[in-house]
Amino acid sequence: MTWNRKKAPTSADTPRARVLNRLLGERRLGWIGLAVALLAPFVDASNYSLSVLTSAALFVMLAVGLNIVVGYCGLLDLGYAAFFAIGAYVSGVLATTYGWSLLATVPVVLAAAVLAGVIIGGPTLRLRSDYLAIVTLGFGEIIRITANNLDITGGPSGIYGIPGLELFGLDLSSPVAFYYAVVVIVALAVVGAARLGRSRMGRAWRFIREDEDAAEAMGIHTYKLKLAAYIAGAVWGGLAGILFGAQLSAISPQSFTFLWSALILLAVVLGGMGSTPGVVLGAVFVSVLPELLRDAADYRFFVFGVLLIVVMIFRPQGLWPSQASERTPARRPEVQKEDAWQA
Amino acid sequence: MSQLIWNGLFVGSFYALVALGYSMVYGIIKLLNFAHGDIYMLGAFAGFAMLTMAGALATSAGFLALLVVLLIAMLATGTAGLILERVAYRPLRSAPRLSVLITAVGASFALEYGMRLVAGPNPEVYPVRLEGTTVHLLGARVTVQQLALVVIAVLLMLGLQWLIMGTGTGRAMRAIAQDPKASLYMGINVNAVIARTFFIGSALAGAAGVMAGAYYGKIDFLMGFIIGLKAFTAAVIGGIGNIKGAMLGGLVLGMLEAFGTAWLGGEWRDVFAFSFLILFLTLRPTGLLGERVTERV
Repeated sequence: MTWNRKKAPTSADTPRARVLNRLLGERRLGWIGLAVALLAPFVDASNYSLSVLTSAALFVMLAVGLNIVVGYCGLLDLGYAAFFAIGAYVSGVLATTYGWSLLATVPVVLAAAVLAGVIIGGPTLRLRSDYLAIVTLGFGEIIRITANNLDITGGPSGIYGIPGLELFGLDLSSPVAFYYAVVVIVALAVVGAARLGRSRMGRAWRFIREDEDAAEAMGIHTYKLKLAAYIAGAVWGGLAGILFGAQLSAISPQSFTFLWSALILLAVVLGGMGSTPGVVLGAVFVSVLPELLRDAADYRFFVFGVLLIVVMIFRPQGLWPSQASERTPARRPEVQKEDAWQA
Repeated sequence: MSQLIWNGLFVGSFYALVALGYSMVYGIIKLLNFAHGDIYMLGAFAGFAMLTMAGALATSAGFLALLVVLLIAMLATGTAGLILERVAYRPLRSAPRLSVLITAVGASFALEYGMRLVAGPNPEVYPVRLEGTTVHLLGARVTVQQLALVVIAVLLMLGLQWLIMGTGTGRAMRAIAQDPKASLYMGINVNAVIARTFFIGSALAGAAGVMAGAYYGKIDFLMGFIIGLKAFTAAVIGGIGNIKGAMLGGLVLGMLEAFGTAWLGGEWRDVFAFSFLILFLTLRPTGLLGERVTERV
């Protein structure tokens, strides 16, 4: 839950909070989450609930990826579904038209996601940060319309018959096996993103988020690091796209509308930007809730929109805020010194 | 050729009307109001509701009735803009930019799906459809109604220009755009002026919405999304924050689209337009008439 908690106590370092922190320490929380995910099929293993669970896991991966961009680095990406679409389409086309296995498409998807990230992030990240938001919005539309118009992507009807996941000769296409494979991959993705956030680069990202000019004055190459965050997000989204194609075996442009990007953003914002446990819970919440509230489907998106406004006004740090280690209380000069030495 | 130019100018005048509100708000408080396109949608639906209620009366009165509806819809969307600013944006005036942007996305979402709740997910057909006699003008086929809509758009833009350059409110707006804090010290009621800016911008978008509804005949709750993006593109092409730039950008974008459609086919029109957005931001982020946009302290 907190980064480097031992070295830098946060302002919430009262005895009660300390007990809570120990109980909910990030690592232990991760294991609990993984256990819940692994045990869920034992409660209900119908094909329906497995597909809901698999979608939720994929949504967690997307949210964690977007969290790198929005949460760590403070860049608003409104076209995140585009990277998801790139991953799904590149692997889908290679797998169906050229008969590649999904595993073999991974490097190509990575290259495509990085390339797209550079093309969009390259020019816009030099400008005011809010330009990125609208350009990514346009980029999301460009990708969707392009997929809709090209022949190789199957036009409006999309691609059918994407093969299931197969790793090293093991067939993982049955719903249960696929679910477990997805859980393992998503768990790795979550841990990877969290560790990235704790790295030297992650510290720099949070610095940029808090004050870009100060970060630049301190010698951080803000443009390069922002681009790195954007590309990291693209990679996470692209990889999730491969799994999405494998899960549904069919993809079409309708799967990648702005609605998706907005829902992923909602998961990140609701859970707490920059906070891994918050974002994971937010993603599960946003993806599972509609299944439970089928009757209220009409109100759903309206409520989501209002929720975004309400959260930003009354609780901008989200429901489960991150406790970044940089925020040391001013009353503890020795801690600050230690921190400064480390950086 | 001249037909393409006319089509471009016609569509461009819609873009320009919407782009003006975008650009005004951005120029004054540096906020990308994502919900602006949805205000346009709101205007189209407000006009639709009034025309449906008036029924046969409106259809017989024709163009004049449409003008009255246009004015009332402008008032309605202007008020909606005021409420939006008061409820969603003002509480975050001093918040980090990311929070405000996310709020704007939420507002856009809430407006779209709120309208879906009210009006249903299916497209509605406008009760008044403008199909007029055709006039040949310099080799282009132009309907009288098209001309009338363009004239209305131009009049609205001229009115705005006068408002900004010739009135006290306009002077206050320009002052806030330069330095909000200093304007406050000079006795300008900053919040009131910002609210008025939202009113004016939203009213213009609402007018564009009614006109688009009456011209294209079909409206739905997501119609504001694409036009919002296009309007932003227009504002960037002209130079965001610049009123004349927004008008110019709208016309240029309309023209680019008309030629792009003729050249690549209609299905690539939006891709073509948004590629221009990226291209412009790469090569000339200040737009045709804009000032510096990079952030420096």
